[in-house]
Amino acid sequence: MAVVFERPKALCDVPLHYCPGCTHGIVHRLVAEVIDEMGIEGETVGVCPVGCSVFAYDYFNCDMIEAPHGRAPAVATGVKRSNPDKFVFTYQGDGDLAAIGTAETVHVGARGENIVVIFINNTIYGMTGGQMAPTTLIGQVTQTTPFGRDSQLAGNPIRVCEMMATLSGTALAQRVAVDTVPHIRETKKAIRKAFENQKEKRGLSIVEVLSTCPTNWGLSPIDAIKRLQDEMIPYYPLGVYKDITAEGGNK
Amino acid sequence: MERNLMKGNEALAEAAIRAGCKCFFGYPITPQTELAAYMAKRMNKAGGVFLQAESEIAAVNMVLGAASTGVRAMTSSSSPGISLKSEGISYLAGSDVPAVIINVERGGPGLGGIQPSQQDYWQATKGLGHGDFHLIVYAPASVQEMVDMVVTAFNKADEYRVPAMILADGLLGQMMEPVAFPEISAEQPDKSSWAANGHKNSREHHIVNSLYIDPKTLEDKIIERYERYAKIKENEADAELYLTDDADIVVCAFGATSRVVKSAINDARAMGIKVGMCRPKTVWPFPEKQIREACANASKVLCVEMSMGQMIDDVKLALNCEKPVEFFGRTGGVIPTPAEVLDKIKSMGGNK
Ligand SMILES: Cc1ncc(C[n+]2csc(CCOP(=O)(O)OP(=O)(O)O)c2C)c(N)n1
Repeated sequence: MAVVFERPKALCDVPLHYCPGCTHGIVHRLVAEVIDEMGIEGETVGVCPVGCSVFAYDYFNCDMIEAPHGRAPAVATGVKRSNPDKFVFTYQGDGDLAAIGTAETVHVGARGENIVVIFINNTIYGMTGGQMAPTTLIGQVTQTTPFGRDSQLAGNPIRVCEMMATLSGTALAQRVAVDTVPHIRETKKAIRKAFENQKEKRGLSIVEVLSTCPTNWGLSPIDAIKRLQDEMIPYYPLGVYKDITAEGGNK
Repeated sequence: MERNLMKGNEALAEAAIRAGCKCFFGYPITPQTELAAYMAKRMNKAGGVFLQAESEIAAVNMVLGAASTGVRAMTSSSSPGISLKSEGISYLAGSDVPAVIINVERGGPGLGGIQPSQQDYWQATKGLGHGDFHLIVYAPASVQEMVDMVVTAFNKADEYRVPAMILADGLLGQMMEPVAFPEISAEQPDKSSWAANGHKNSREHHIVNSLYIDPKTLEDKIIERYERYAKIKENEADAELYLTDDADIVVCAFGATSRVVKSAINDARAMGIKVGMCRPKTVWPFPEKQIREACANASKVLCVEMSMGQMIDDVKLALNCEKPVEFFGRTGGVIPTPAEVLDKIKSMGGNK
């Protein structure tokens, strides 16, 4: 029988621990497919964050390092600077990347660190049970914004791609989503472009993936996808915020 | 061997490069600034990486990244910066990644001051970060010893797969002394059994990690690490004994303070007071055996530190509190004078 669908080689053959309807698994698969297609698994070092994807070191077949909360970009900098011929990526949640690790994130952009950052924006701290993230939308109810996020008290959600696009070392800043098949295809293209940028030594590539967290949002997987479309995309518009390879390609 | 006059901080940097350090990640802070400045000038030419990070936190995590791939990496700072590095140091220890961290201590707490101190003894030897773990901590007392200990620190960190620290102070960092650089073998230990540097499709993937969600697995990991610590305690504890054979009073002091103590001892000896010194060269592991030996015939022990008294705890423990241990110290960046220490020794009497 012809094989029509397989596990990417760059993903280990183990069950993932993610909740039903969580989109981390889709993004893992897309990263692994890109690694397979480029044939770079043996030359790749991944850095996992502290967050739901902390166990990604058990899922990706390439060498993996587990970083302290928010420090993945700094750890990746150390790997890349000492091994410039290797492919290095981080995989981080929004609390990790845009709260505790904001300085590390901004400075890999400022330095044009030649790495790939995969950024999962699910507007919540998943791992610790659903607290406010720097990306939590105004009005969103979380464990630590029980009456909805009030900008007077808790500030406003950060648009990371827009911010990273202002840094001259950023080669690619693109926001994508994994809510529909066309969007998933788009996400894979963006991840591929990010790794190609690294191959061509173009600087920092960040791919922000709008994702769901049905468990902590208290929604069914299908309603979670709907929330992503109805509430997240309007505040976090999809698109390319910076692409130094495109003709005048900035949004 | 050729000897050059060098500043302590610069000698630390040169020694690291000669010891095969391939990556230095730093952040400016007095009184260790010259170390990073020297690295910035020399490292790239020596075929390595120098990078000024956005913070001490980032710097130590860059070390974690580089060292996880098997290269020799180092960071340096002074007291407030070491507090920030403690997160990364705990991760280095928990991930069994060897690296070297230098603390050119200054006064604390808080922003404290910029003058020499030894106030980070507890931090370095008891609690440099969360969790059950240790670093090997070397306490040099001269610029030459800074050179020698940096080389040893890299070797021992690799041998035992633990982070190692040079606990210096602003006095040693800033002073100039003649130094000779030892011939260093280019050969470094093979880290291919664990380094995460790309598996080249020729082995299982390597994971550098400190997370073990199952308590029994984590306990086993820690127990295995403590077996290595036991070997370190057995093999690496080191101290200098100075005129202790017939000493009735033994002074314990480390680092720059030991130099002040030595002059005081020489003056006391000239006056006929039988006093000697035990100087820990490693403060973790603490040279308990050497202290007990040095104090075997002494009736009194004195601890002199540039703090309100931190190492004194370890001295008392080493002696099982069987002898009285007195303390003299200056803190906040004030350096004790030989005359002050001599007065203290005289006040303790001592069999002439
Ligand atoms: C220094 C530190 N602070 C806090 C934590 C607790 N913690 C673990 S995961 C997490 C939140 C992660 O959320 P996010 O980055 O949004 O990723 P997600 O879990 O949603 O994928 C926090 C705060 C920690 N492990 N370390």
